[in-house]
Amino acid sequence: MHLSFCETVQIPWLSSSFVPAMAMRSLLSRKTLTSVLLSGPKSMGLGLTAAQSHRSLQTFTLPDLSYDYGALEPAISGEIMLLHHQKHHQTYITNYNKALEQLHDAMEKGDSSTVVKLQSAIKFNGGGHVNHSIFWKNLTPIREGGGEPPKGSLGWAIDTHFGSLEALIHKMNAEGAALQGSGWVWLGLDKELKRLVVETTANQDPLVTKGPSLVPLVGIDVWEHAYYLQYKNVRPDYLKNIWKVINWKYASEVYEKESS
Amino acid sequence: MELLATSATTTSLHYAFLPRKGLFGTPVSAGTERRCVRKVGPVKISAKFELKPPPYPTNALEPVMSEKTFEFHWGKHHRAYVDNLNKQIAGTDLDGKSLEDVVVITYNKGDPLPPFNNAAQVWNHDFFWESMKPGGGGAPSGELLQLIERDFGSFQKFSDEFKAAAATQFGSGWAWLLFKDNKLAIVKTPNAVNPLVLEGYPLLTIDVWEHAYYLDFQNRRPDYISVFMEKLVSWDAVSKRLEQAKLLV
Repeated sequence: MHLSFCETVQIPWLSSSFVPAMAMRSLLSRKTLTSVLLSGPKSMGLGLTAAQSHRSLQTFTLPDLSYDYGALEPAISGEIMLLHHQKHHQTYITNYNKALEQLHDAMEKGDSSTVVKLQSAIKFNGGGHVNHSIFWKNLTPIREGGGEPPKGSLGWAIDTHFGSLEALIHKMNAEGAALQGSGWVWLGLDKELKRLVVETTANQDPLVTKGPSLVPLVGIDVWEHAYYLQYKNVRPDYLKNIWKVINWKYASEVYEKESS
Repeated sequence: MELLATSATTTSLHYAFLPRKGLFGTPVSAGTERRCVRKVGPVKISAKFELKPPPYPTNALEPVMSEKTFEFHWGKHHRAYVDNLNKQIAGTDLDGKSLEDVVVITYNKGDPLPPFNNAAQVWNHDFFWESMKPGGGGAPSGELLQLIERDFGSFQKFSDEFKAAAATQFGSGWAWLLFKDNKLAIVKTPNAVNPLVLEGYPLLTIDVWEHAYYLDFQNRRPDYISVFMEKLVSWDAVSKRLEQAKLLV
């Protein structure tokens, strides 16, 4: 499965006063591994030379935000956004890349017990990368439409399934506040049943772990690192305020695409 | 200083030996700690769990673990576990049982009941504060050191393994040194799970929920863990617990 999280967006000016002058730039790198295939009917049939075939291992990189770290204030502080993006998300990516490389080696050697042992590191760190990549797109500054209620088909679906946007928010906030430990609260689309759902996942489990036909529309990170410096132990206040910067335009686009 | 007493008709938070002004110098108004109880006929006096203070002032672990962290970690998180537990078990079969009993019963052999999270977290945090002391850290001595060297090879190897367990507990949780089957062992547990519900007698713990270190260390959990080992661990407490554990074997 080829996953690409390389966004080509404008690099935002880092205008918050506390951000160091040297902004971190992430560079795309691609590692290519060449392995020699033994000649055989398969490769001959595909028109490949018997001598060589390429297997490339993609390295993932930190996607840029389309807004400044401070642009979501006062809902989410610039200090949190910087740490969350440059430290937490970056660490998931670094560890994900490491785990994938180890997996690649183990697969080449046919080392099944290592392949299986690596699954939890891939789930933790790959899940962290998947989830946070969605999260940054779920947020947008107020002046860019953050908090503006969804119109169109998603707005209608929310009213139909939950009664109102307020009711949906109330439900997600209740489930997010009640989640023990670390995790996420999601608004998702069940593509098979063609209905909206509210779900929670533990740690960095992506929404798809709750159902193979679930597509994430809005995810809210309720790990303590997502809010602690600003809201401390009062997770409910974080949940109340984050709706002011939720990007319903993005959620609507995903919904329209996935429900067609 | 005064000890606030529980009355039969209202529930109130127990503050043991705290100044009238409140722990952090802020005035404590009489109205804030008292709340109404459901009236269910004859008034029942039920045993309530109390928020135990750490065995040192809340600024005693500065600058390694800040007073600000204690203000929230003990004053808000730990307090909330106590309050919510009391609310959950009032008037139920669990009311009046010891904390350890509540933890084990509500763990329900791995299919936890709602009060488990609060009960276990109350116990875990009591145990955590007592695992630290001002001027702590360094290395153990005597029998504890001998056992560490026997079961891990050296104190350094034990320390590395304990720190690795704490650093690799994904999400929220705890790392523990246990005494089990007459040997020392290290385990890590998620969320509220603790050795009371696994096998083994707990000797030492470190809280690796993000709220334990975020104000002082932000994302740098490994730094927090290192500093815990170097400057905070109360080997006295660990040794005493080991003595008790051996009596039970």
